[in-house]
Amino acid sequence: MGLQSFLFYYFAIVIIATAALTVSRRNPIHSVMFLVPCFIHTAGLFLLLGAEFLAAIQVLVYTGAIMVLYLFVVFLLDLPSFRIKKITHQQTPLAVLAGLVLVVQIIVLTVVAVFPRPAAEVKAPYFLGNTEAVGASLYTTFLFPFELASLVLLVAIFGAVVLARRERGEELP
Amino acid sequence: MENLGPTLTILLTLVRIVLVMTIALLSVPVMVWVERKVSGHIQNRHGPLYVGPIGTLQPFADALKLLLKEDITPANVDKTLYYLAPLMAFVPALMTFSVIPFGPWLKIADVNIGVVLILSVSSLGIYGLVMAGWSSNNKYALLGSLRSSAQMISYEIALGLSVIGVLMHSRSLSLVQIVQRQAETTWFVIPQFLGFVLFTVAAFAETNRLPFDLPEAEQELVAGYHVEYSSMKFAMFFMSEYVAMLSQACVLTVLFLGGWLPFPIIGPLVEGLLPAVVVEWVMPLFWFFLKVGGFMFFYVWVRWTFPRLRYDQLMALGWKVLLPLALFNVFLTGFIRLSL
Repeated sequence: MGLQSFLFYYFAIVIIATAALTVSRRNPIHSVMFLVPCFIHTAGLFLLLGAEFLAAIQVLVYTGAIMVLYLFVVFLLDLPSFRIKKITHQQTPLAVLAGLVLVVQIIVLTVVAVFPRPAAEVKAPYFLGNTEAVGASLYTTFLFPFELASLVLLVAIFGAVVLARRERGEELP
Repeated sequence: MENLGPTLTILLTLVRIVLVMTIALLSVPVMVWVERKVSGHIQNRHGPLYVGPIGTLQPFADALKLLLKEDITPANVDKTLYYLAPLMAFVPALMTFSVIPFGPWLKIADVNIGVVLILSVSSLGIYGLVMAGWSSNNKYALLGSLRSSAQMISYEIALGLSVIGVLMHSRSLSLVQIVQRQAETTWFVIPQFLGFVLFTVAAFAETNRLPFDLPEAEQELVAGYHVEYSSMKFAMFFMSEYVAMLSQACVLTVLFLGGWLPFPIIGPLVEGLLPAVVVEWVMPLFWFFLKVGGFMFFYVWVRWTFPRLRYDQLMALGWKVLLPLALFNVFLTGFIRLSL
C-alpha cells in the first residue's frame, strides 16, 4: 500500500467515524466539536487530489468560520436536554425516510456508476498552479454564478441588518 | 536538495522541523523575560533581577513554579474538552511555523498557498479558547471565550484583507516568493504602508494583546477563558499566546519587512566586513530575528502605552474602520498597479 492510498484510507476512516459521532452525540457542543476534525480531514482529501488551495479554503471557511458560528448558535439557544430529546423524537420518521433514500442512492451509485479512477490512485497534482486555476475559472467560465452567489450573500446581510435594526428610542424586545 | 535521495531529504526535513520548533518554543522564555524587563523599565522599576544574571533565568523559575503547582480540575467540568482545550489553543499556534521561512535555508516547507494556509491554521486557535470557556462551567470563563471568539472573527477579516495588497504586488501566495519579490523591488511596507498598519492593528487583536485584551480583562472577567485553569494547563494557554505573537511577528516581517533581506543601507555595509560564509548562512537569520525582535519589543511598548478599548469601541474599530480601510487599500493597490 503506497503512501497515497494509506493517507486516503486514513482520511476516509476518520471522516466517516467523526461524522457518525457527530450525529450520535446527545450534547450538541460535542456534535459540533466532532464535525471540526471531519472538515479538517476532508481538506486532507482535497490535498491528496492536488487541490491545495481548496483544502486551505475548506479549513479557513468551514472550520475557521462556519463551525465557530455553529458553536455560537448552540451556546445561545441552550436548549434543555429534555426538549432536545422531544424534538429529536418528533423528527424520527422523517429522518429514517431521508436516510433510507440516501443509502439506496449510495448503493445504486457504487454499483452502477463507473468512476474514471479510484480517488486513492490519483497521483501527481494535475493542475499545478491551482490558485490561478480557481481564480481564472471563477472570473471567466463561472462569472455569472459567482456574481449571483455574492448577490445572495448581500441579500442575507441586508436581512440580518433589517432583523437586528431598531428605530431610535425603540426599546429592546 | 532535490537530488539527495529520499532518505537524506526526509532526514534533512526532520532536522529542519526540530530546529524551527526549538526556535519557536525557546523564544517563549526569551519573550517572557523581555516583556517583564521592558515592562519594569517603562514603569520605572527594575523588573526581574535576582534569578540569574539580570534576571535572565526568571522565566525558567516561573516555568518550574507552574509545573509544581497543584493541577486542579473543578467539579462539573466537561472533562474531555477541559483537558483538550489547552492543546487546541497551542497546536494551531505552533503549526503556522510549518510555512514561515526564517531564512533561505531554514524553512520547513515552501508551499504555494503559504499565506492562505497561515490564515486558515491560525483561525483554528479559536476552538481552544471557546472550549476552555465552555467546558470549565464558569460564567466568567464563558463570557470571556464568547468575547474572544467574536473579536477574533471580526479582526480575522481585516487581517486577511490587509494582506491582499501584498499579494497583488507579489503575485504569489508562497511566503518564499513574496520575500524574493521584495528582493527584486522594495520592501512591501513602502508601497503597502496602509496594509502594514492595518495588519499590525489586526495582529494585536488576533493575539489578544493589550489594547485588545478584552477576553482576559482582569477587572471585569477575573481572567477570562482560562480562569479555571491552573498549573501546566494554564501554562499552555500562556505559551500559546506567546507563540501566536511570535508567529504574527514573523508573518508581518515576511510580508512587509522583507523577511531575511538585509536593511537597505546599513545591511551591505555590515555584510561587506564579514566573510562570505557568514553572510550566506548566518546573516539572513540575523536580519530576520532582528526585525522580529523589534516587533516583539513594539508589542510590549504598546502594552504599557495604550489603555484597553471598551467592547463597543473594539467592535466599531474592527468593522467600521479597519474593514472599510482594508477594502479601500485593495481598491487603491489595484488602481496603482493598473496605472503603472
